[in-house]
Amino acid sequence: MSGSPWKVGDALEERQLPAVDRMGLVRYAGASGDFNPIHVVDEAAEKTGLPGVIQHGMLTMAQMGTLLSPHLASGFIEYFQTRFAGMLFLDERLVIGGKVTAVEGDDDGETIAFDLYARTDEGRQIARGSLRFRWLGS
Amino acid sequence: MSPADRGGDQVLDELVGARSPIVRNTVERGAVRKFAQAIGDLNPLYLDEEAAARSRWGRLIAPPTFPRVFDFGSIPDLPLPPAGIIHGGQSYTYTRPLFVGEDVLCHTMFRETYERRGSAGTLRFLVFERVADDSSGERIVTSRDVLILTEKVAAGVTK
Repeated sequence: MSGSPWKVGDALEERQLPAVDRMGLVRYAGASGDFNPIHVVDEAAEKTGLPGVIQHGMLTMAQMGTLLSPHLASGFIEYFQTRFAGMLFLDERLVIGGKVTAVEGDDDGETIAFDLYARTDEGRQIARGSLRFRWLGS
Repeated sequence: MSPADRGGDQVLDELVGARSPIVRNTVERGAVRKFAQAIGDLNPLYLDEEAAARSRWGRLIAPPTFPRVFDFGSIPDLPLPPAGIIHGGQSYTYTRPLFVGEDVLCHTMFRETYERRGSAGTLRFLVFERVADDSSGERIVTSRDVLILTEKVAAGVTK
């Protein structure tokens, strides 16, 4: 079994994601089955007092999860929790990143804990996450 | 608080512990592909059968938030407002990845409900636990959803 590449304090390389436009939200609505109209129809969002449609929180969570995607051949995500802290509007750009907070080894592998964040490129907090990756070896 | 509000809260409190019927779902290859494209993650382990076959998993897997797609069943008689529900938080706990092509047995349990006073008034929290088991009954994933109702929205929750 080869060890994981992480030690406490390591940063996951921060990524700026392309802005999600309305078609992107329609696509996520279709793929996820979440057809809540506040994510695609301006009038529905305005009726609830929003200035316009907001992006799906679960899309943000999925995007945060992509930070660990390159490692899924070596293990799996054992725990992934997100708190939604702010609303993300149409065409806003998301920046995602995180860092290692704990590494614990045992006979079968390692468990690596991460804190994750998602914010806009202007610095507004959108979501915070914590994740445990179960490393089984490459 | 109006009597109608109190009625709604009582109904919610009494339903804690209620479970949905079990619903069979399949982790469909096309659904995983569309989901991966929609979240912008074209990981070969989700999409490329040959690459996945060479991996430790031996088959295609699904992205960690894919259970959003499942029908976990709904809890009978749970009065939820038609609009205005805020998704406050979400977690997934896995014992292994979901495999493309497998059948999973899902259900939802209404775990707890509580109120929190904040600057924007009293918020009502609803916590749901949604699980997916394999066909031999082994747990694969537990999802925990925290939904928040504002005072105005919660006032619409009545019998």
